[in-house]
Amino acid sequence: MKEILSGNEAIARGAFEAGVKVASAYPGTPSTEILENIIQYKGIDASWSPNEKVALEVGIGASFGGGRALVTMKHVGVNVAADPLFTLSYTGVNGGLVLVTADDPEMHSSQNEQDNRNYAKFAKVPMLEPADSQECKDFTRLAFAISEQFDTPVMLRTTTRTSHGKSIVALEEPVTGLPAPKLARNAAKFVMLPSNARVRHPFIEERTVKLRQYANTLHVNRMEMRDRSIGVITSGIPYQYVREVLPDASVLKLGMVYPLPDMLIREFAEKVDKLYVVEELDPFIEDQVKAMGIEVIGKAIIPICGELTPGKLRKAFNLPEPEMSEVDTLPGRPPNMCPGCPHRGIFHTLNQLKAYVTGDIGCYTLGFLPPLSAMDTCICMGAGIGNATGITKVLPPEEQQKVVAVIGDSTFLHSGITGLLDMVYNKAPATVIILDNRITAMTGRQENPASGFTLMGEETFEVDLPQLVKALGVKNIRVIDPSDLAESKRVIKEEMERPEPSVVITRRPCVLIKREGVFERGAAVAVDVEVCTGCKACLKLGCPAIVWQEDGKKGKAFIDPQLCTGCSVCEQVCKFIAIGAKK
Amino acid sequence: MSKITNILLVGVGGQGTLLASEILSEALKQAGFDVKKSEIHGMSQRGGSVVSHVRFGKEVHSPIIPEGEADILLGFELLESYRYLPLLKKGGKVVVNDLKINPSIVSTGGGSYPEGLADKIRRSFPDCIVLDGAELAISAGSAKAANTVLIGALSKQLDIDEKFWLAAIEKMVPAKALEINKKAFFLGRNVA
Repeated sequence: MKEILSGNEAIARGAFEAGVKVASAYPGTPSTEILENIIQYKGIDASWSPNEKVALEVGIGASFGGGRALVTMKHVGVNVAADPLFTLSYTGVNGGLVLVTADDPEMHSSQNEQDNRNYAKFAKVPMLEPADSQECKDFTRLAFAISEQFDTPVMLRTTTRTSHGKSIVALEEPVTGLPAPKLARNAAKFVMLPSNARVRHPFIEERTVKLRQYANTLHVNRMEMRDRSIGVITSGIPYQYVREVLPDASVLKLGMVYPLPDMLIREFAEKVDKLYVVEELDPFIEDQVKAMGIEVIGKAIIPICGELTPGKLRKAFNLPEPEMSEVDTLPGRPPNMCPGCPHRGIFHTLNQLKAYVTGDIGCYTLGFLPPLSAMDTCICMGAGIGNATGITKVLPPEEQQKVVAVIGDSTFLHSGITGLLDMVYNKAPATVIILDNRITAMTGRQENPASGFTLMGEETFEVDLPQLVKALGVKNIRVIDPSDLAESKRVIKEEMERPEPSVVITRRPCVLIKREGVFERGAAVAVDVEVCTGCKACLKLGCPAIVWQEDGKKGKAFIDPQLCTGCSVCEQVCKFIAIGAKK
Repeated sequence: MSKITNILLVGVGGQGTLLASEILSEALKQAGFDVKKSEIHGMSQRGGSVVSHVRFGKEVHSPIIPEGEADILLGFELLESYRYLPLLKKGGKVVVNDLKINPSIVSTGGGSYPEGLADKIRRSFPDCIVLDGAELAISAGSAKAANTVLIGALSKQLDIDEKFWLAAIEKMVPAKALEINKKAFFLGRNVA
C-alpha cells in the first residue's frame, strides 16, 4: 500500500513497523508530529516528557527493559538530552533505541541552526540521514536493527524539509518475533561508574571501527555512476538538490553519515575526475574526507549558513539561472500573537512599566515584535530565569527592579524550575512571570504536566503551579488574570519593586485550545466611530482583529468581528470609551 | 530528464492553503504520478505568509521548486501571490483569488496595502486568472470552501481526470462538508 506521508508521519510508521514499545519526546518544531502521529498505532506507549533529557532517560529505561524505544526532539533538544546520550553510548542498549534529531537549517522556527551530525561523532554513535519520506520510514526500521546488532543507540537526523516535506511511501507489515521485555540485571553494562565505564570505552572504539566496516557495504550508502567528470558526495535533502541541478553527475549517496564508509569514499574518489561534497551547514563530511587525504571541494563553493536550495546549488556550480520577474518592495507578513492571546496584555503592561524582560522560548517570544516590543533577551528553553538572576547580580538596586523574566507554563516545567530554585536560593531580587495558558502552544497545542491530560488523551494529575513555586521557597506568589490590565499592572509593579524574588502567575487559556470548556470565546467588541478619536492607542496592542481604516481626513479603528474573541483588552486601553459591546 | 510540473500555492496562515495542497497532492498520487510537497509549519501558523510547493511527474527529486521554475502559481491572496512571482517561470500560469488580507503593519496604520496588484500580476503574466473565491464558496454553501474553489480553478490547468480530484476531495474533506466542497470545486473548475 502507498500513502503520501510527511517525513514525521513516515518515522512514526517506521517505528510501528519496527515494533517500538515506547515513544517519548518533548515537542519541538520540526519534530513534533512524529509523536502526534504515533498514537494512532496500537501497542505503543507514547508520551510527552517535561523535557528532552527526561524523554531520553525514559527511552533508555524502556531499552534496558528490553523494549524498542523511539525518542524524538528538535536539534536544540539534543543539547538538553546530551548528558544521558553520551553515557548511553557507553552502556549501549538492550532493546533497540533510536534518537531522532530534527534539525532546522535556516531557523524557520528555531533560535540557532546547529548541525547535529556533530553529535554523532562527538557521542560516537551511528547516524542515519534520510532524503525523503520513504527513507524516513525505511531508515527508522534499519536504525533499530543496527542498534541491536551493534549494541548502540542510533541517531536518525532529519531536517525541516525531510520532516515536513511529503512524498509517497510504500508501507510494510510490522516485524514479528521480537523478544518480550523482561528484567535483566547486567551491572557491568548498565552501571556506569568509573571501573565499569573504563571497560566500556574500548568497546565503543571497537564498535565504531566495526560500524565503519559495515558502512562500506551497507545498501543505504550507494554509488550512482553517471558522467565521471564530476562526482558528488552528499546525503539527506541536499542529495535531492544535487539530482535536480546536476542530473548527469555521479553521486555517492550516503544514508549513514557517521561513521563514514572510508573504503567506499576512496573507491568513489578514484572513479571521478573532480570530487565535491554538497552538504547543508557544517563541512561535516568534507572535513573527514579531507582528513583521509582526499582532495575535495565543499564549503569553498557551498554556503555554510542557512538551508540549501536548488537555486543556491546552481549558483555554486556556475550554472545558468532562469530569468525571474522582479517585484516591488512589499510589506512583510511576520507571525503574530492570535486575537485574544492572553500574552498580549502582559507584554503591553511590561512595555508600559519599562521592564527589562529576560524572555524565553514559546509563542510569547513574539512579544519581542513591535508594537509590543517588550523582550530584551531570549537564549534557550528556561534561560530567562537564570538570565534574570545573573543580570541582577551586576546591576545597581534601582536597575535590578526593572528585571522581569517571562516564561510559559510548559517551558517553566521543561527547565525553569531549577532556575527559579537558584533565584530563591541565591536571593536574586527579580520578578518571574509564568504565563500559564494551559498548553504547550507554539508547537501546536501539546499537553504538558500542567494541562491535566497526557499525549494519549487520558486525564492525569495536573501540577499545581503556585504550590510548586511555593515549595521552591518563593514567598511572594501572585495569581492574576492577564486580561485585567489595571490589576496586572498594579501587581507586576508591586512585585518589581519588592527587593526579593517573586512570582506572578498569569492564568488564561490559549485561544486555540479545542478541548471543550477550556477556552470560551466572548462576544466580539466594536468601535463606536462617533466616539473614536483616532488616537491609535488600541493599535499599540498589535491585535490582528484591530484594523486601521482611513475615514476621510482622519483614520479610525475598526474591529473585525470574525477575528475578535472578546478578550476586552482593547476596551481597557481606550481612554475615550469608544470600544465596547456591539450596539 | 522527464518533465516535472511545479505548482506553488501561496496564502496567509488560516486560509486553508495547506489543506488545498493536500487535496492536490492526493489527486496527483491517485492519478499515478510521483509527488513531493514541501512547506514550512511552525511560526508561519501565526498569521504569517504560507508557501507550499507541490511537484509531480515520473520521478521528483527536490521537494522544493527550483527558483524561477514554478509552472503554476495558485494564489489565495493578492499580496502573497505578487510576492512570490519571482519563483514563477517566464510564461508561467497564475490563478489568483481576488482577496486582500492586510499584513499587521498595514492594519496597524504603519503602511498601506499596495494598490493594483492584480494589474501588476497581469502585466507580467497576461493570461492570469483572477477569481472571487469567497463569493463562489458562499454560493456553494460556505465561505470556508474558498480553498476548494481555487483547487477547482487550478484543476482546469492540469490534465488530470476529474475522478481523481473528486476522490482526493472525498478522502481529505470531512464528510459533513463534502457536498459543499464538491460544489465549490466545480464552481472553481467552471471559471477557469
